[in-house]
Amino acid sequence: MDRIKGVELSGAEIVVRCLQEEGVEYVFGYPGGAVLYIYDELFKQDKVRHVLVRHEQGAVHAADGYSRSSHKVGVCLVTSGPGVTNAVTGIATAYMDSIPMVVLTGQVPTHAIGQDAFQECDTVGITRPCVKHNFLVKDVKDLAATIKKAFYLASSGRPGPVLVDIPKDVTTHQCEFHYPETVTMRSYNPVRKGHAGQIKKAAQLLAEAQRPMVYTGGGVILSNAAPLLTELVQRAGFPCTNTLMGLGGYPATDRQFLGMLGMHGTYQANMAMQHCDVLLAIGARFDDRVIGNPAHFAQNPRKIIHIDIDPSSISKRVKVDVPIVGNIPDVLDDLLKQLGGAKTQDIAPWWKQIEEWRARDCLRYDRKSKIIKPQFVLEKLYEITGGDAIVTSDVGQHQMWAAQFYKFDKPRRWINSGGLGTMGFGLPAAMGARLANPGATVVCVTGESSIQMCLQELSTCKQYRLPIKIINLNNRYMGMVRQWQQFFHGNRYSESYMDALPDFVKLAEGYGHRGALIDKPADVEPALRDALARKDELVFLDFITDQAENVYPMVPGGKGITEMILSEEL
Amino acid sequence: MRHIISILVENEAGALSRISNMFSARGYNIESLTVAPTEDASMSRMTIVTVGSEDVIEQITKQLNKLVEVVKVVDLSEAEHIERELMLIKVRAGAKEREDMKRMADIFRGRIIDVSDNTYTIELTGNGHKLDAFIQALDQGAIIETVRTGASGIGRGNRVLRI
Ligand SMILES: Cc1ncc(C[n+]2csc(CCOP(=O)(O)OP(=O)(O)O)c2C)c(N)n1
Repeated sequence: MDRIKGVELSGAEIVVRCLQEEGVEYVFGYPGGAVLYIYDELFKQDKVRHVLVRHEQGAVHAADGYSRSSHKVGVCLVTSGPGVTNAVTGIATAYMDSIPMVVLTGQVPTHAIGQDAFQECDTVGITRPCVKHNFLVKDVKDLAATIKKAFYLASSGRPGPVLVDIPKDVTTHQCEFHYPETVTMRSYNPVRKGHAGQIKKAAQLLAEAQRPMVYTGGGVILSNAAPLLTELVQRAGFPCTNTLMGLGGYPATDRQFLGMLGMHGTYQANMAMQHCDVLLAIGARFDDRVIGNPAHFAQNPRKIIHIDIDPSSISKRVKVDVPIVGNIPDVLDDLLKQLGGAKTQDIAPWWKQIEEWRARDCLRYDRKSKIIKPQFVLEKLYEITGGDAIVTSDVGQHQMWAAQFYKFDKPRRWINSGGLGTMGFGLPAAMGARLANPGATVVCVTGESSIQMCLQELSTCKQYRLPIKIINLNNRYMGMVRQWQQFFHGNRYSESYMDALPDFVKLAEGYGHRGALIDKPADVEPALRDALARKDELVFLDFITDQAENVYPMVPGGKGITEMILSEEL
Repeated sequence: MRHIISILVENEAGALSRISNMFSARGYNIESLTVAPTEDASMSRMTIVTVGSEDVIEQITKQLNKLVEVVKVVDLSEAEHIERELMLIKVRAGAKEREDMKRMADIFRGRIIDVSDNTYTIELTGNGHKLDAFIQALDQGAIIETVRTGASGIGRGNRVLRI
């Protein structure tokens, strides 16, 4: 884009022009005093479409779901003060899961900054710990270059949200518009290629492994490395597990997939993690919900190869032997070449052991129950959608069951807040996912507590005709909290019972949608089929599920990953 | 172990708080922190003295490098380096103590930079131990006020930190 000599644009026009230059389809936002000029410019054009949410948290989660389901940068726009503070939960959620996002925030005019002006808050200060980077633009001449930087930073290296705070007067000041083609920053140069020597070492270790294991996380999804990962795992014949964030990185229906690992991981995945002799970790960070107690994890000696774009993720909780910093697809490409000729060990005995573990069938549940089992709903959902839906979730038991029972064969189909664990994420994220994937079946798996945290977005769904299917696994409890209280707090269900629940069917109808209550196992499948067949309608399915059901296996906090509590069914 | 970390950082508003925030958010400790622009006004150099195990120091350098405005990071204590700190100390120096105080400052190669009827202000440069030693050597009752800059450091010989 060439500089238009002599033509001066206002800051607000520049903001919108920048978004157009970036090819932004949707901005998720909510207006207010500090951003009125920007809204005025949005009004005057139709390239960038604005999605009006009902709460700023919803805007950020929607931009987040848009990004997770499409690999594009999510964009949101909120006003100063309360607009920003409402957005913070969403920003922190995106930050924890490394989601590329640009957040534009209005600010009071530059001369009023620091004066405790109406709707002023220190946006850059408040958000600093939960963004990849942030900027306050004080001069309209810096605006375009800063927005360019924001998009570049958000989407390169380890992605993350980047915030640009724009004072109101800057949106009225004028200057020539020039959108830079490229960004160079001497302080920021993310690597791509991995170290050749390290990759060679890794290949050697893998070739010598008797009990190899591949463990991958969100990094594989974010870097679009799923095809290469699949090729590597299948060529080598190794077992593979995914973290909660990494589901879909490797096809879940494949025999070599051991299921999710971690606190609610499968028996076989957690056992194989603990007992392998060479562990290949890719785009994962050994977090506490995944490997449990690091001291316990270290009790079994194993060699660890760790591929990640972020050096600070390597050897943070677990010492690794072969660190490889780089962009995952680049590294996997090189690793595949290295592995090409190498002879691997006969790992049949290892597989035999794994199959024994797998035979424990740790996800078994009572299929004859007269009360609806949440697992059953998810199994049916999987069956009926053929594994082809985009599934978002909230946080709690339903999230874990969705992760366990919906088999994701492809990346970017499973969208959940794994890092921050934000209740309220599911519905707005589903809105973003549906806008990014018009025509796709988008399902939000939620609980009666979580759904109420961003329920207002039902109104947004109506306005933009987003035919999301809401699967409310209604156990009349904050189930995950109740489960912890049952296991670790002597069955004292302190404040985890949701009394006075609304009639969700009426509620959905009140927002102009369809609702249905399902309380018998036999009605589960027909209800799902009916809802999924309604391509143009949002359907809220309120499943009255077993209140006492728990998520198994479970590794209690602070325990080793093999110290699992298994279902009494077993 | 005590480490002295040198950082080249873009001279931008907020860079300092980004760095100090990172230390507090991750529970790392800062013994001292100094910062000022370099010969290139677009860049500042910061020296942070911190204490931590090898693992912690490794994470600190990685986390610093991850900050977008940080240009370069080096752990000076990994090799030969020089460390200096400046102290200004105001002491009681009435007629009785004046001679003694002057001698004391001389022994430590301090300079008296301000004089009043009953006080001296002494400027002293050295590593932290030397400044500590000077404070120890004084009659504690004689100290009115001290101000220390915290350590600055630089590598010895050909060891340089620049872009
Ligand atoms: C914003 C927020 N507040 C609190 C929590 C803690 N928390 C985790 S799970 C949970 C209960 C969720 O209940 P529900 O949505 O009904 O799902 P269920 O566990 O019953 O499936 C709570 C309160 C959280 N994750 N997020």
